Amino acid sequence: MSQMAVQDAPSAAAPNKDAKVCIGVKNLDFYYGGFHALKNVNMNFFDRQVTAMIGPSGCGKSTLLRVFNRIYSLYPEQRATGEVMLDGRNIISDNVDINELRARIGMVFQKPTPFPMSIYDNCAFGMRLYEKLSKSELDDRVEQALRKAALWDEVKDKLKQSGMGLSGGQQQRMCIARTIAQQPDVILFDEPTSALDPISTGKIEELIEELRADFSIVIVTHNMQQAARISQYTAFMYLGELIEFGPTTKIFMEPEQKRTLDYVTGRFG
Amino acid sequence: MVAVYERTYQNATKVTRKANPFGFDPIFAALSKAAAITVLVLLAGIMASMIYGGWPAFREFGFGFLTGTQWDTMNDRYGGLPAIVGTLSTALIAMVIGVPLSIGTAIYLTQLAPAWFKRPVGTAVELLAAVPSIIYGMWGLFVFVPLFAAYFQVPVSQVVEGMPIVGTILYARSPSGLGILSAGIILAFMIVPFIASLTRDMLDQIPTVLRESAYGIGCTTWEVVRHVLLPQAGVSIVGAVMLGLGRALGETMAVTFVIGNANRLSASIMDPGSTIASRIASEFNEALGMQMNALIGLGCVLFFVTFVVLVIARILVSRVKQY
Repeated sequence: MSQMAVQDAPSAAAPNKDAKVCIGVKNLDFYYGGFHALKNVNMNFFDRQVTAMIGPSGCGKSTLLRVFNRIYSLYPEQRATGEVMLDGRNIISDNVDINELRARIGMVFQKPTPFPMSIYDNCAFGMRLYEKLSKSELDDRVEQALRKAALWDEVKDKLKQSGMGLSGGQQQRMCIARTIAQQPDVILFDEPTSALDPISTGKIEELIEELRADFSIVIVTHNMQQAARISQYTAFMYLGELIEFGPTTKIFMEPEQKRTLDYVTGRFG
Repeated sequence: MVAVYERTYQNATKVTRKANPFGFDPIFAALSKAAAITVLVLLAGIMASMIYGGWPAFREFGFGFLTGTQWDTMNDRYGGLPAIVGTLSTALIAMVIGVPLSIGTAIYLTQLAPAWFKRPVGTAVELLAAVPSIIYGMWGLFVFVPLFAAYFQVPVSQVVEGMPIVGTILYARSPSGLGILSAGIILAFMIVPFIASLTRDMLDQIPTVLRESAYGIGCTTWEVVRHVLLPQAGVSIVGAVMLGLGRALGETMAVTFVIGNANRLSASIMDPGSTIASRIASEFNEALGMQMNALIGLGCVLFFVTFVVLVIARILVSRVKQY
């Protein structure tokens, strides 16, 4: 059985043992109306590390992600209780400025979500909302973000064209550029490659690997190989509970829980 | 591979239904084709008879039929300008009042309203769209017009009297409540449910993930609506507005009730006027000879204007951006 596990041998860089805690989750419960979707989750996310959330559909991994930027607050019937600490503040308490929080915690979605405006305006959109920047500063930041998102060379001559005209993979990288242009602390990826072809997926994975230098990253993925390839830490969730959390190598090579082993070796899920 | 092939092959031999060349299909095809052609023939027939009926008026008055301000049944001199201007100005007033109301309603219903409130308001909007226009006309004449005269026309006329420009546009010589502005307001009430429900559907079609993505960047609700949702639905909202405009241009009964049916051109929107549709509705019964031709000619003009508006609307609505 360990033979099976070796096939998914993690290839990402080893975790940095000295990394600080970036988001601390304590006794987190989450409800969709009457449905108890997260049950007493406790875990830490580390600064400038990639943490992958894996587990079968409906296990609560996306739900957990949606707690971090309070996107669930758009829906009155959804609520969270417990503690999610970021910089000493509990971000799920009522006295948090949600819009400012969302500007600090960027999110990239399953599908590319280009806004109906030019590529340049897409990238500048978040900055324009929160910062007073001169035209040249804005230009610089847009270029930086697009370079970091490995999209600059492909779009530098058509920044004024609509973002809708790009290919799916390019659109997704534009959305990543839009997110990093805001210089958030954390970037949440909700299955960012599920709508993309293998080549675009490879590019996004490389990109996440590079972004780790500047941002803390949490990625939800259905693809275990992807988790093994790009993350330092992995959390396995099942039916709303956090089953096991630890360095990716450990989760994939010698997990403590039988259910984790069964999942990463493909026995279920 | 082999197994799959065998299975399909076996299934194929079990098929007993054969294509029957004398079955129902050809009849069905012929019937639906006939139905489609009927529509085309009807349209062509209406167009042809309108042009034929209006032709004497066009020939007699030429371009003056569009620019003339006289509608003289005694001397058989007909110029359509007051009615054309009335049609366009009531439609414009309806748009100016109705479009912001409609879009506001649609935004509230799709983005802000709590779930328990959405359904009753949504249903009410749709029911309002189904109210027959004669009801709007009756309500307009018996309820709205007297109130409008007493609480709007009289005080406003007193305030603006003697002022430049507004003193002309908003001054009512005889504050009866009937007039271009009243007709425009009633028209606005009529097109609001129409545009609002179409716009609501357009906004509902925008994927949740795009909306969440805009909120995820830190937008307030206003910023999401202003920068992402409205531009995303933009072209199709313009299409919905054009469909509403088409309705406002052609609306007859309600307008005939409240516009005052005056055959003269006035600079004030408080004064009675007429639209093409109201002119036709109020005169057609007694019209003979050239007057009849002139009315049909006016109809032609209206037909052309609404046709152009509808074509533009269809083009815009069909260009809904696919996500």
